[in-house]
Amino acid sequence: MIRITRKVEFSAAHFYHNPDLSADENRRVFGKCNNPHGHGHNYVLEVTIAGEPDPTTGMVLDLKELKEILQREVVDRMDHRHLNYEVPELAGQIPTCENIATVIWKLLEPTIRKGKLDRVRLYESPDLFADCTADSANGAGGRS
Amino acid sequence: MTASPKISLTRRYRFAASHRLHSPKLSAEENARTYGKCNNPLGHGHNYIVEVTLTGPVDPATGMIANLGDLDPFVEREVVEAFDYKYLNEEVAEFQAIVPTTENVCREIYRRIGKFPLARLERIRIEETSKNSFDYSGEHATGNTRGATRS
Repeated sequence: MIRITRKVEFSAAHFYHNPDLSADENRRVFGKCNNPHGHGHNYVLEVTIAGEPDPTTGMVLDLKELKEILQREVVDRMDHRHLNYEVPELAGQIPTCENIATVIWKLLEPTIRKGKLDRVRLYESPDLFADCTADSANGAGGRS
Repeated sequence: MTASPKISLTRRYRFAASHRLHSPKLSAEENARTYGKCNNPLGHGHNYIVEVTLTGPVDPATGMIANLGDLDPFVEREVVEAFDYKYLNEEVAEFQAIVPTTENVCREIYRRIGKFPLARLERIRIEETSKNSFDYSGEHATGNTRGATRS
């Protein structure tokens, strides 16, 4: 099996606020991320596809096709957007790195027709990232 | 229907420290041969980068595996304050008995961060330099255990 990875970047605004918590609790739990004016990041997304190279093309998945998928599914949706208000898939969720990565996984997984989505890694900054991987303990692995 | 993926969160921390690789079980010649310039009795140092990877359920109230407001001070106290600007061989008690190779530093940091009560530690990865990295996922992860759970 071979893994191929493509990287894209997008910039977006967000803030953390849970309407079920009081204003004081929100400030305590989320700290400066609770600023209602929002703040932003240059997100870096690495998407890894795993599979066997096609014997004719030598490719697991044409990186040009992956680039187009990432542009359509992620960059067009999230780049220069406010994640709290402008991305319906995140509605009702706090747009943490964990939740954004999970949304991206769910957007991408059905679009990958050659190979399998292996990992979504989303960097919020160079020192903080979330990884989504296929849950082999929980997935449809066919283990009885 | 898509299955939910497994999710982890990784945070990077830094400390700068000196060390010397020298084993009391080896002769002077063997130490020199085994560790080369790392055996210099005066020590040398690195800018270490520590990656802490946590897993666990994402709390629906916060959207987080772990709140950095909890994790950062824990790592700061357990690792950064204990290791930063120190001579590991003499100023971190555990390395008086074992050689502070980055393999052993990985295991010691894994032991320390493994006590974090609010999420499960999956892996410690250390970049000793931009060319050398080491990672440790505990003794349960010696086989094909991607996504395995701790017993």
